Amino acid sequence: MKSKVIVITSGKGGVGKTTTTANLGTALAMLNQRVVMIDTDIGLRNLDVVLGLENRIVFDIVDVVNGNCKLNQALIRDKRFEGLHLLPAAQTKDKTAVTPHQMKNLTNELRKDFDVILVDCPAGIEQGFRNAVAGADQAIVVATPEISSVRDADRIIGLLEASGLKNSNLIINRLRSKMVKRGDMMDIDDILDILSISLIGVVPEDESIVVSTNRGEPAVLENASRAGGAYRRISRRLMGEELPIMAMEEENTGIVDRFRKMLKLAR
Amino acid sequence: MLLDILTRLFIKDAMNSKDIARERLRLVLVHDRSSVSPEVLNNLKEDLIKVIRQYMDIDEEALAVNFENDDESVALVANIPVKGFRRAV
Repeated sequence: MKSKVIVITSGKGGVGKTTTTANLGTALAMLNQRVVMIDTDIGLRNLDVVLGLENRIVFDIVDVVNGNCKLNQALIRDKRFEGLHLLPAAQTKDKTAVTPHQMKNLTNELRKDFDVILVDCPAGIEQGFRNAVAGADQAIVVATPEISSVRDADRIIGLLEASGLKNSNLIINRLRSKMVKRGDMMDIDDILDILSISLIGVVPEDESIVVSTNRGEPAVLENASRAGGAYRRISRRLMGEELPIMAMEEENTGIVDRFRKMLKLAR
Repeated sequence: MLLDILTRLFIKDAMNSKDIARERLRLVLVHDRSSVSPEVLNNLKEDLIKVIRQYMDIDEEALAVNFENDDESVALVANIPVKGFRRAV
């Protein structure tokens, strides 16, 4: 099968690009895909700590493009899954240390050995963004249900189209169903109306993300994690499976809802 | 929570904050998506003043030009307070 290069981007920082990359990468490896995740946030690398691989870094992406080491010397093998790899960003350089042309060559090189190449894009629309999208053939845009995030996502979708990336999907991250029910948070339809892009998944706000990031263990490894479950379903959709998008089904924790459930069960 | 419910019971106009967010977002995206920058809008405003001044006295300070949109369409709305008309000669 032909390999996919997927860039994970958002425009705005702090909406969950790196968390999304780590979880989708891990979930895809659980589906027996050979996966490499590239951290392109040069100067502010973080994908390594989210994955718990920070102690294994010897070489980084800048070393690879400058020819200081071979590509496979810089690839870090995940401790949990054979097929999962990380190409870390450099921490001491800046975004101009790599060019879009070099990124394209790099992703093409990785296509030979991997089924899925996930590119974790830095925040912003400058060279870091241009580098991250250079070799990609599809994009995942991550947005949270906030004005600032959706606005930036709109801008990013425009830039992705301008750069010839037609195949973009949206992940709505950190949705709080209680706030949506109260009318204090934009819902899925509000966001889709505005962004006109296809939705590939909705990830609920979930404390387990903080816990799993503390531990360096992606939430998809945790069966009970609701966010982890959402990411596992997204990864299956990425593999072409048709799964209904369960909006925010599980989070009916209000007393009234619990009563309703009990009544339904009793019947 | 209780305050929320009371507010909604007694104040009919109390808009959900998500509706406010959606409307503000729509408007800001009209600007973002168009090539009309605030600077261009300001130039347009000045040109409007020049033209209209030939016909009537207007309050140049209070003149406002902005985009407004509903679900279907976007309109350029100019609010131009008139101070007086020029006497017909």
